[in-house]
Amino acid sequence: MLSMDPVTLSRILTGLTLFVHIIFASIGVGIPLMIALAEWRGIRTKDPHYTLLARRWARGFVISVAVGVVTGTAIGLQLSLLWPTFMRVAGHAIALPLFMETFAFFIEAIFLGMYLYTWDRFKKPMLHLLLLIPVAIGSSASAFFITSLNAFMNSPQGFTLRNGVFTDVQPLAAMFNPATPTKVSHVLASSYTLSAGLLAGIAAYSMLRGRKEVYFKKALNLTVMASFIFAASTAIIGDFSGKFLAHYQPEKLAAAEWHFETMTQAPLIFGGVRDENGNVHYALKIPYALSILAGNSPNTKVIGLEEFPEDERPPLLIHYMFDLKVTIGVVLLAIPFLFLLRRRFRGKSKGYPRWLLLGVMALGPLAMAAIELGWMFAEIGRQPWIVRGYMKVSEAATTSNSVGYMLILFVLLYIVLCASCIAVLVKLFRGKDVNDEMKQLGIPEGGRS
Amino acid sequence: MSYGIIGITVLWTFLFGYLIVASVDFGAGFFSYYSKITGHNNKVHTIIQRYLSPVWEVTNVFLIFFVVGLIGFFPDSAYYYGTALLVPGSLVTVLLALRGAYYAYNTYGSSKEDNITYMAIYGATGLLIPAALSTILAISEGGIIREENGKVVLDWARFLTNPYTWSVIILALVSVLYISAMFLAFYAHKAGDEGAFSVLRTYALSWSGPTILACLFAFFQINRQNPAHFSNMLDMAWMFIASLICFLLAVYFIWKKKNLGWSFLLVILQFGFAWYGYGRSHLPYILYDQISTADSITNDVMAGALIAAFLAGLLVLIPSLILMMRLFLFDAKYVSGSPLKKG
Repeated sequence: MLSMDPVTLSRILTGLTLFVHIIFASIGVGIPLMIALAEWRGIRTKDPHYTLLARRWARGFVISVAVGVVTGTAIGLQLSLLWPTFMRVAGHAIALPLFMETFAFFIEAIFLGMYLYTWDRFKKPMLHLLLLIPVAIGSSASAFFITSLNAFMNSPQGFTLRNGVFTDVQPLAAMFNPATPTKVSHVLASSYTLSAGLLAGIAAYSMLRGRKEVYFKKALNLTVMASFIFAASTAIIGDFSGKFLAHYQPEKLAAAEWHFETMTQAPLIFGGVRDENGNVHYALKIPYALSILAGNSPNTKVIGLEEFPEDERPPLLIHYMFDLKVTIGVVLLAIPFLFLLRRRFRGKSKGYPRWLLLGVMALGPLAMAAIELGWMFAEIGRQPWIVRGYMKVSEAATTSNSVGYMLILFVLLYIVLCASCIAVLVKLFRGKDVNDEMKQLGIPEGGRS
Repeated sequence: MSYGIIGITVLWTFLFGYLIVASVDFGAGFFSYYSKITGHNNKVHTIIQRYLSPVWEVTNVFLIFFVVGLIGFFPDSAYYYGTALLVPGSLVTVLLALRGAYYAYNTYGSSKEDNITYMAIYGATGLLIPAALSTILAISEGGIIREENGKVVLDWARFLTNPYTWSVIILALVSVLYISAMFLAFYAHKAGDEGAFSVLRTYALSWSGPTILACLFAFFQINRQNPAHFSNMLDMAWMFIASLICFLLAVYFIWKKKNLGWSFLLVILQFGFAWYGYGRSHLPYILYDQISTADSITNDVMAGALIAAFLAGLLVLIPSLILMMRLFLFDAKYVSGSPLKKG
């Protein structure tokens, strides 16, 4: 492994860091919103159960934030350590969003510290909740800035390339490039889905273990409802992203769909296997669907992969990532939908069936898988470019011979971090039972139902 | 004033902020562990936790801000420093990661009051990180990063055999402990915790001597390493003299156990004078003599946008920091209050 060239090793190491970071980053973006939602309901309805819910979530949240912060620090430094030539050239154009991301992070960090230590310090509970608003804004804003940077790498604009340097830079045009709206909203919505799904899974797990307290039912209802709304918006935005690709990055869409010839009324290929001659077997072929995906009409012309020189085509492997992530997206929408349906037409039976609770438990891990797949699809689908149309990945990496050793170092670090994070979280929730805590805080077991 | 000068001034200021805030944090980790294993005084530990808990995350951001800003204003620095520092930079990243994560695990996740393993990691990284980070100052004096056949390389042999490298490392280590002890003594006194105060005062006094010796040592090593820089420093000798006076006053106050707020302020001024004196005399070079402030970003629009973003950021950042200080640092009830409650 160590004999690979620095470019490949740098790609693997960057990919690994981001693979770990995006999970914690997504949680960091979504959970504050869920905590705020619970605390707000607690204040509005004067129901102490929701307030306790917010408290318990916040406690676990800090642990995950810690890992998010340190892996974020890692990727922040690795950008310059592994891609010095890229940063030297593109630094002229992307400095602004990077800079502003740090400020957003500052705000989040400052107010999160305050929020955690002021639960009982204000006479008005609303004041405490207000502290969470900058946390949520800060985390979403940093997602916005960093995603706009990534969007720039996919559809660069706002500069001219002269003598290998980006000049005449218009920072705002670079930030608000065509990819920014769909990318940012997709990232935010999927982060919210992941967070709501994870919290729903915790509630479902407790109920599966036979906990009957009304506290868990409230938690389940709130989180599954939120999951449904967020998953639905993620899906809708995903559709816009498809249309964006067809227009601005047709080679990515074409590679994802194994679409070679430019044509109207293009069919969509789902799954399948390609042989050496390029024939696709065992695939589900949906007529007109790709044209509809690309432009809402079966007569939309979809550009095929043949229009691009072979050394500028993304790997065809992304087809599977794309299909899998879309499939998971559908499941993520279906489970909460069934849950809500079941709640509405409950009939005589009390409680939820086991299969439904198991399904809810799967929401978090599924959303996690979808985020990883979607991100890999977006990044690998941009190959061979680091800045599409301007700079190839192979020209951007470090020339150092030590990347292999650093890769091993970071693999070990991430294993230690993730394992210890999970262990600490599990211990945290096992250590403090809800009932004990309710007694401690003087909340009647039934609460208000 | 050129954009390059404005840029480096802003960044240097943020790095100074990091120097103070992080020193308190790094040193506190060490003292916390030290007082625990010597069975010396559990009270010291409580005071330290009370201060650190709400701020640990903020410290990290200062560093990232500096790195991002440096690349933003001086993209060439990404090329030279980035390539040459892959190994040391990655090691620092790993240390920072372990430190951050295990601090959170200990404070929020551990059921035991102090997990000795977590504290050991915290204490050890608290000394290793400043030592590692400070070596970049030695590298910036030039002669260590070289460009050979179009490849940027770090000359390890030259780096490790250089007395200046070791003088900055020693300086970083002792001043971290000194700054931290001075702050914590002030904080303990404010909390009315006389037991903790007397221990921390001893720490502060005993680290003051080594600090000034290390300063002098590093000062004269610059002459050997980079005579041009040294003669620039002599041109602004008043800044270093002012730094020395602040040091003497700060130590006098803590010796007499009075004006402790002033005492810590003087510590900040002491390092401030030395820091800006060192930085100013280093100009116009960011890295002798490969990157100078004249090589900053080529386009004015981005420079303007960065400065505007910076000012807007400060408008939000400063009130937030003040609010945080009022809530935790200067709130008598919090500082001396009932046992620390977390969510």
